[in-house]
Amino acid sequence: MNSVSATTERRARSLAGPRSHVEEDGPVLSVHELKKYFRLSSGLFGAARGYVQAVDQVSFSVSKGETLGVVGESGCGKSTIARLLIRLIKPDQGRMFLDGQDVDAPNSISVRELRHQVQMVFQDSYASLNPRHTAAEEVSFGLSAQGVARSEARRRANEVLDFVGLEPGVFADRYPHELSGGQRQRVNIARALAINPRVLILDEAVSSLDKSVEAQVLNLLIDIKKRLGLTYVFISHDLNVVQFVSDRVLVMYLGKVVEIGPVEKVYRSAGHPYTRALIASRLSMDPRRRIAAPPVAGDLPSPINPPSGCRFRTRCPIAEPVCGTKEPLLAAVGDDPLHVAACHALAPRSGHSLAPQPVSRTASPSGA
Amino acid sequence: MSSSTANSSQPLIEISRRPGRIQLTYWQGVRRRLSRDPISMGCAGILVLMVAAAIFAPWVAPMDPYKTSILQRLQPIGTAGHLLGTDELGRDMLSRLIYGGRVSLLMGILPIAIATLIGSAIGIVAGFFGGKTNMVVMRITDVFFAFPSVLLAVGLAGALGPGLVNGLVCLAVVFTRAIIRVAESATTQIRNQDFVEAARATGASASRIIAGHVLTNVSSLILTYASSLIGVSIVLASGLSFLGLGIAPPIADWGLMLNTLRQSIFIAPVNAVLPGVMILIASVCFNLLSDGLRTAMEVKP
Amino acid sequence: MTADLLRPADRTSPPLLDVRELSVRFGFGGSALDAVSGVDFQLALGETLCLLGESGSGKTVTMRALIRLLPPTALITGRVVLDGIDVMALDANRLRAMRGTKVSMIFQDPLTAMDPVFKIGSQIAETVVCHDGLSYSAARARALEFLELVQIPSARRRLDAYPHELSGGLRQRAMIALALSCRPKLLLADEPTTALDATVQIQILLLLRELQRKLGMATIFVTHDLSVACEIADRVAVMYAGRFVETGTISEVIDSPRHPYTIGLFGSTVHSGTHNGPLTPIPGAPPDPSNMPPGCAFAPRCPRVVPACNERIPELAEFEPGRQARCPRINEEEHS
Repeated sequence: MNSVSATTERRARSLAGPRSHVEEDGPVLSVHELKKYFRLSSGLFGAARGYVQAVDQVSFSVSKGETLGVVGESGCGKSTIARLLIRLIKPDQGRMFLDGQDVDAPNSISVRELRHQVQMVFQDSYASLNPRHTAAEEVSFGLSAQGVARSEARRRANEVLDFVGLEPGVFADRYPHELSGGQRQRVNIARALAINPRVLILDEAVSSLDKSVEAQVLNLLIDIKKRLGLTYVFISHDLNVVQFVSDRVLVMYLGKVVEIGPVEKVYRSAGHPYTRALIASRLSMDPRRRIAAPPVAGDLPSPINPPSGCRFRTRCPIAEPVCGTKEPLLAAVGDDPLHVAACHALAPRSGHSLAPQPVSRTASPSGA
Repeated sequence: MSSSTANSSQPLIEISRRPGRIQLTYWQGVRRRLSRDPISMGCAGILVLMVAAAIFAPWVAPMDPYKTSILQRLQPIGTAGHLLGTDELGRDMLSRLIYGGRVSLLMGILPIAIATLIGSAIGIVAGFFGGKTNMVVMRITDVFFAFPSVLLAVGLAGALGPGLVNGLVCLAVVFTRAIIRVAESATTQIRNQDFVEAARATGASASRIIAGHVLTNVSSLILTYASSLIGVSIVLASGLSFLGLGIAPPIADWGLMLNTLRQSIFIAPVNAVLPGVMILIASVCFNLLSDGLRTAMEVKP
Repeated sequence: MTADLLRPADRTSPPLLDVRELSVRFGFGGSALDAVSGVDFQLALGETLCLLGESGSGKTVTMRALIRLLPPTALITGRVVLDGIDVMALDANRLRAMRGTKVSMIFQDPLTAMDPVFKIGSQIAETVVCHDGLSYSAARARALEFLELVQIPSARRRLDAYPHELSGGLRQRAMIALALSCRPKLLLADEPTTALDATVQIQILLLLRELQRKLGMATIFVTHDLSVACEIADRVAVMYAGRFVETGTISEVIDSPRHPYTIGLFGSTVHSGTHNGPLTPIPGAPPDPSNMPPGCAFAPRCPRVVPACNERIPELAEFEPGRQARCPRINEEEHS
């Protein structure tokens, strides 16, 4: 057992590879006012019928070595954020920074270089792996695409498969239909790790797995992160899983960031009414203490025509007229500048009846 | 965040990792399923015989297909020396049918092969890149689709003139448009799947993604569809030569034979129908084989 | 020896549903696979039973077998008596008449479970006309009554809505209204909230709880989510590889799970209590139904396995009143 872990440790270090120039004290990844609207076209020549406001003025940053959890319900934009972070979709507005350098700007980091450092692990849907590729072929595809020689790519693929717990002798030549859900997800992870990234975006990476397998993969992800010194952006609709893996959490609602903060603080004493409702919607594990009334009524509004001002006001228990006219900015929750929420009830001088009295200290707008 | 060191001592390796039954690759599986289907194998056998006879016609045919004989016109089946009788010019039917197979089968398979190559390329590119490229290509294809296939073939053949090569060209054009559509729709479906997004995320170029991911997945769909068209192509080619476009006499060709034997249909109906029977057998066999191929390919692994 | 049956909540009258030795087999001969083997239980009016298990455990097949809603290639054996009627002996017409009136089912995806080309009001009304023989206008009135019962806002307007015009939560409510419109005695729910967002899921679960109380139905709820079972079940039956492995009231099973699979499942479920310690997943994966181990199906993954476990399949034994477990070793050590 000892020799196995020693070998794996050595391999882990070799996989970690040389790191490019890093600003040691800045965030690894940060986005500033990202916006992405999707056109709904109809009519003869595709005239715009409206826009799905998928992501609107989203800003946050991720520090080296942390796990930032992103939670929200359908239509909140978290999957769009995932794709924006890895530039599978181009944002309409906004900037992205890797180690402080502007991505896709002239004389700065190109999208190609971004993809060397940031990779994505997809949900284990049926189509997350090419049904006609073996595990090793799938993992080595990215390497070949970056110009690595075929035999070297294959060797590296085997190495990575071993690292995620799939013995190459047994699994390298299997097709996706010959793998269980947990094994397929490990191949997904291996595919992302093969390029040697520093940041992993995990988009619902454990959502379609059985509970017992989910636990295995979560343990694996935590282990990999420690061994390779990675940074995670963990996107999920499952509040419990996000709480388990994250250091900080970002809550989204209809394309907007409504709260950011350390995970325990947000879960225990959320600042935003939506976060409070979301946390309270978690089903209890105690049959004697069942939830008596739903924490929030109504269904999610459509992201095509979101409410004006604060988007949550149609379902918010403390909504007031000011909420319909002004969009709330991120304001500090309590004394902690790292925990912010976008609610008028928290911002001094907002006009909301529950707003605190103005203090001399000003709130910081981002979670960094 | 949790994760004590106790976790790292746990084996990452799955316990149920028995090699299990060694699975075949997808194409091996297709071949195996196909070989177990009696209808497909039967049809394949017949077609192999037909093609072999056509290729080795000079050695297989008992007589010269062009040798006429006024005395031996329209002899029935079973006449001494003429197993399947003779046609209206006294030529041996069997030999003409065998030689006719050369042209007819060629006109069935070759246009489809050409159409598949060209149509797939266009369709895949249109499907993969989407947007304006897709719109331009598909709308042009729609223009071609505005014509029913027979009319289009007849029109093109009329414009190009008779001859084997011209016939091949107009048949290929007729079928290319259908292949473009199938290829484009298949590619569009594949393009949106996660594994293609993952390939894009690793920085692969478009051509590499098409070659590595798209082709492997759409080829079965396209092949299935293309193989189902071969029977149609044979009939269409025969139709063209029946109408006097395409091949000219005295070349042996089943459709042409149908045309020239038309006048004798009341005198010697069996003889007149024989080339049609060959067309029927060939196209039915291709269709059944294509069906079997589709079943073999469709099995979700 | 057949195991004792679950104790019904109401002991005085016979149970609403009585299931004995229910088994479902797909395919023939060597390639046959047993999706469900030897399931026994009883259910009384007003009781909620939760079938808890992962994919491949046979929970959905079990539920569908109760009303024979399986493909013709499925061979269902055993006895199912619903409200005094032997379901297995019914002919096709009477079976159809029973579905929707005595027993109703709601599904995971309401979009595919309802006909997209008909308005929901007319779908509900059609069901009522067909089963209860009311006139169409009376049926529509009943449809409105049920749409309001499931708390759909602006119910009168929504009678004329198509399924795709409603949001996920509203669609699910509409499907519940459709299922309840003929006042069934038994409601079968196949993971109805799995695909819903958290805030909507809790609404639907509470709605189901309230409806059950109001209408007095019995409910069988299939889920893979332990917390759903905690919220809604009176009794729970944990399934693994087509068999019940543990049964009991929800409190009993949560407080003291006995079967190693149940213990493993609870240990590997991420919930609000787990963020301080590591997860202890169950190693390996659920068995392939066409290639089952010779003895206990859980033996390859069980931390307490002994050679005897691989020889025969253990019986589902009642070790406490109303509590069963399919493991001979539960009393040998203290459960942790």
